[in-house]
Amino acid sequence: MSKARYLNLGFKSLTFLASLSVLAIIAGIFVCLLWESLPALRHFGIFKFLFTADWNYAQESFGALRPLTGTALTTFLALLFAAPVAVGTAIFLTELCPHRLRGAFGTAVELLAAIPSVIYGMWGLFVFAPFLEASVQPLIGKTLGLLPLIGFFFQSKLAGGVNVFTASLVLAVMITPFIASVTRDAFNQVPATLKESARGLGATQWETIRQVQIPYSRQAIGGGAIIAMGRALGETMAVAYVIGNRHAPLDSLFAPYATITSVLANEFNEAAGLQLSSLFTLALALFLANFLALYLGKKLLKKEL
Amino acid sequence: MTNARKRKLQNIAALSLSALCALIGLGILFAILFDVLKNGARSINWALFTQDPAPPHLAGGGGLKSAFLGQGLLTLAAAALGVPLGILAGTYLAEYGRNRKYAKIVSNLADMAISVPSIVIGTFVYAILVKPWGGFNGWAGAAALAIIILPVIIRTTEEMMAMVPWNLREAAFALGASYHKVIVTVVYRAAAGGIFTGILLAVARVAGETAPLLFTSFNANFFKLSLSGPTPSLTVTIYLYAASPYENWVRMAWAAAFVVTALVLALNILGRALIKYRVKG
Repeated sequence: MSKARYLNLGFKSLTFLASLSVLAIIAGIFVCLLWESLPALRHFGIFKFLFTADWNYAQESFGALRPLTGTALTTFLALLFAAPVAVGTAIFLTELCPHRLRGAFGTAVELLAAIPSVIYGMWGLFVFAPFLEASVQPLIGKTLGLLPLIGFFFQSKLAGGVNVFTASLVLAVMITPFIASVTRDAFNQVPATLKESARGLGATQWETIRQVQIPYSRQAIGGGAIIAMGRALGETMAVAYVIGNRHAPLDSLFAPYATITSVLANEFNEAAGLQLSSLFTLALALFLANFLALYLGKKLLKKEL
Repeated sequence: MTNARKRKLQNIAALSLSALCALIGLGILFAILFDVLKNGARSINWALFTQDPAPPHLAGGGGLKSAFLGQGLLTLAAAALGVPLGILAGTYLAEYGRNRKYAKIVSNLADMAISVPSIVIGTFVYAILVKPWGGFNGWAGAAALAIIILPVIIRTTEEMMAMVPWNLREAAFALGASYHKVIVTVVYRAAAGGIFTGILLAVARVAGETAPLLFTSFNANFFKLSLSGPTPSLTVTIYLYAASPYENWVRMAWAAAFVVTALVLALNILGRALIKYRVKG
């Protein structure tokens, strides 16, 4: 009897110790990145580091402003492109698609999320970027590019199709499936009586979607979008190929720029000293921003579903 | 009457627009698959699996044997590290710690850990396993992949074990079995299928990971079935070769991309089929 009790206690302790690994990893990442960031933070000061645009190897002067704004801009544009397409796809999957095809289409959309990001990046570089450069870029340059004051931002500057616009679109392609499947699940949770009541009052299918389904699942869609934003923030391989990692002021949507992840992927292995420490600081900023986005997103999702 | 017509037209326009969105989404999926298939299938040959990389100027020669071996070894080591630890931790969350606040916190943190950017994990492992040991090594790569696998396994194990009906445990308790015996002989057996599916999906996830390997196992042209030095992997090879100016290397990157995509999609489809089979049966 007592032998079984000891064994049980032993197994219980073993599983408990294993559960500590999660805490160790999360705390370890934070402490480790902070520790490695200290030289840069001490040397530049946290505010100066965050608001300096300089990234100069020769003078050992590093600032996070460009990678931070690059990450923010590409993520924002990706959400802007992805959210409407994702909601449209969810509407199609729950309302229009024939019942027999729903499962297959739904699975296809989810498989799109499983494709490794390095494949997206390669496809973006060899197929999507040349396509955008040849067809979409001139079109935007000829329309939005002619606007007074802001037009210059839509003019092509450098050839190659490697720029902020392409990176944002590749990111959008990557996060669309996730938002679409969260939205689809939320739409499926809307009580049938609510939809039927709206239709009974004479609302069209679209009016039911817009005035009943979307308001009902607003919080879940928001949560899904925020989690997707977290993913876009930390997406590396796709962006590293198509953003160009250029440390220069951003003068056009069609110019290469840098993001946190592109700087890390391109420079981490060759860096030392202050540059390495600055890169660790960028990684820490990314970790914290992603954590915050996840926390908010999960909170919104849990309340609704 | 005109108002009704306007609403009808609006309805049709909005619904067609959403159908168009779905079409774009699916169209891009098929475009990616088509391009990878087209460019990859053209470059796949026997030498790809049996030869080591040749210098870039030798058009048509060489293969990615060491990258295949390295990828397999890295994934295997990552699973060997992450899977047992994850199952044990998941067991604590679902069984011993079931109603404790600590278990709830760990479970939530594991949920968050699933989505930590993989490049951040790469920098973390570089700081603890590469810098102090004086160079890139395969163990660091395997550890980085294991950190990615771990939270996925923990959450699936927890969920699958929580789904096992409590009566089953009570029946075993009534026979006089102690808790650990009940877990090992009853609960694990009932949850095994679900946990296995979880492992499959977790392996599919790390099979395509590049960013965490870039700073840890990096790459090597030649490879001696050991994780103590730099270790080549298919994904890092894709990353480096695709960005190179040599046509021969780009061709091999497409071939590797084809193999990785096929592997990841096959594992995902298999995992999904298993879930469906279990739900039905």
